[in-house]
Amino acid sequence: MGNSSVQPVMPRSWRVDTKPHKFCPGCGHPLILKCLGQAIDELGIQDRVVFGCDIGCSLLSWDFFDLDTVQTHHGRTTPVMTGIKRARPGLICIAYMGDGGGYSIGVQHLVSAAARGEKITAVLANNTQYAMTGGQMAPTTLPGQKTETTPYGRDPETTGFPLPGQDMVSSVAGEGAYVARGSIANPRQLKSFLKKALENQMSEKGFSFIEALSACPTNWRTNASETWDFVERKMPAYFKAGEIKVPAGGQGEVQKDG
Amino acid sequence: MQKLFENEKKAFMTGNEVVAWAALAAKADIMYGYPITPQNEIMHYWTRLAPKFDKKFLQTEDELSAGFTTIGGVMAGRKAFTATAGPGNTLMQEPMSMAEMMRLPTVVVVQQRGGPSTATVIYSQQEVNMTALGGNGEGLRIVYSTSSHQELFDYTIKAFNTAWKYRFPTFVLGDGYQAKMRESLTLYEPESRGINLIEPEPYLGKAGVPGVDRPPAQFRNTFSMEEELYELLMGYVKDYEKIMPEVAEYQSSGVEDADLVIVGHGIVFRAIRAAVDTLRRRGLKVGYFRPVTLRPLSIPQIRELTAGVKKMLVVESAYGQLARLIKEVAYGGTAEMLTMYRPGVGITAEEVEAEAEKILK
Repeated sequence: MGNSSVQPVMPRSWRVDTKPHKFCPGCGHPLILKCLGQAIDELGIQDRVVFGCDIGCSLLSWDFFDLDTVQTHHGRTTPVMTGIKRARPGLICIAYMGDGGGYSIGVQHLVSAAARGEKITAVLANNTQYAMTGGQMAPTTLPGQKTETTPYGRDPETTGFPLPGQDMVSSVAGEGAYVARGSIANPRQLKSFLKKALENQMSEKGFSFIEALSACPTNWRTNASETWDFVERKMPAYFKAGEIKVPAGGQGEVQKDG
Repeated sequence: MQKLFENEKKAFMTGNEVVAWAALAAKADIMYGYPITPQNEIMHYWTRLAPKFDKKFLQTEDELSAGFTTIGGVMAGRKAFTATAGPGNTLMQEPMSMAEMMRLPTVVVVQQRGGPSTATVIYSQQEVNMTALGGNGEGLRIVYSTSSHQELFDYTIKAFNTAWKYRFPTFVLGDGYQAKMRESLTLYEPESRGINLIEPEPYLGKAGVPGVDRPPAQFRNTFSMEEELYELLMGYVKDYEKIMPEVAEYQSSGVEDADLVIVGHGIVFRAIRAAVDTLRRRGLKVGYFRPVTLRPLSIPQIRELTAGVKKMLVVESAYGQLARLIKEVAYGGTAEMLTMYRPGVGITAEEVEAEAEKILK
């Protein structure tokens, strides 16, 4: 990092030689991964983390960190990380996925891992559609939202309402689970949620799950102000930020908002 | 850890129980599994034995998860395995394609049942296509087709060694008959027979801080360029072709002077062997050839056979799944290729004998 004086400060756990990253301009993933990198740095766990990434745009994070990483299949990051954790409980396993991977094709894995109380951390970037494949409807697409498979807007009559995936996970997760939703619009809060989720895994309390509201101006076809309007106003109408489930007894040592 | 057996132990048990004991003897660390008949008792025996030997088990939500957690287990550096059958094997093809792409030493025990679809829970040899060549790939796998409980024990142990030595996903292909029937065999500690068990190694989570003390271990199955994939895959193919002669196994008898060679694998081979013994005693020139590995096949031996004998009869409890593999290798040979297909049903020695007599008449 010879020219770090003119570069924004990167988390220590980021892999410098793969920057600039591969995401589109305006993408929410790098902001989520920055918060995650900071949380890993603050917890000092870079030597123990194994990072799994799903297929879709989340895949582009495969060489984002100086972390041991595995690309999995669409929806299958949760079981790969579960398999690693069960075999080597000393490792800290993060399953990184999009809303399609977590709430659609891999929903049985996410819900079952939560129900079994797997001591892993799932992080799901919600951008309300399948971005890598060109912007199709996802379970999270908002009513009326135009996507490539709902060109006239999502009609709840024929395609249902946005899936309350987090409530679903939360409702089956056991006592020790930590479930929260953050947003790229509030990185401080998102980082604190991610840190608490990792701490929950480190203290072997139970499953931890963070959904992060993300942005996809490429497929949304939005300019900067429309993008922020979507993230800060339209998405929270369906997906409220905050801690949904905190282990009994809390996590005393961690302060809210980091 | 306490010893499993005092070197050797005579046993009379079901094939599923044999697999559980063999996995213990092979020092497997963890099994991931999902219920499906006829492999369930592998899990049942493993879950009873595992805690006594400090081993682990996870019951997953489906076979996709069983396969992908097995992948996680091997990447973490543990000897991990799963077992499945039929529609479960169908789902298992997705994770096993990832194992092929990343050269992961997964071990999967398949106890074949009837197909297609849910079909029967009983028996077949209809999972040859899928086990040998399934998934969206090139079938870079190793498949042992067993024919007895002793072989289930021997080859389950061997499967772990083969997988970790060559880093190709490895399968033990049994069937519902082998799974459920009882048979006598000798259990043993592999070391007592001079079998060296290969130690597993972690792909991920090695010592040191990634990027500081060592480069991060980052594993891909996705590529942007055709050429990237081509180069990687051709390297794998080259590796696979190189190991084929040392991995491929077969068994044959009486082929030198035979007018007819009967070909079959798995438990059907036992009917073939019994039929050939009877026919030979009656003075008929009949031999047998049995591929033990269905992937890779013993190519030079099959080529030699099909160039030398007049007639070959492929017998299987499927509609040509083995025959298709054999015919591909045999292309250019002069032997007439006859078939006896009984998809999803068992085959007796008497039936094979009658078919052979008809041919030789």
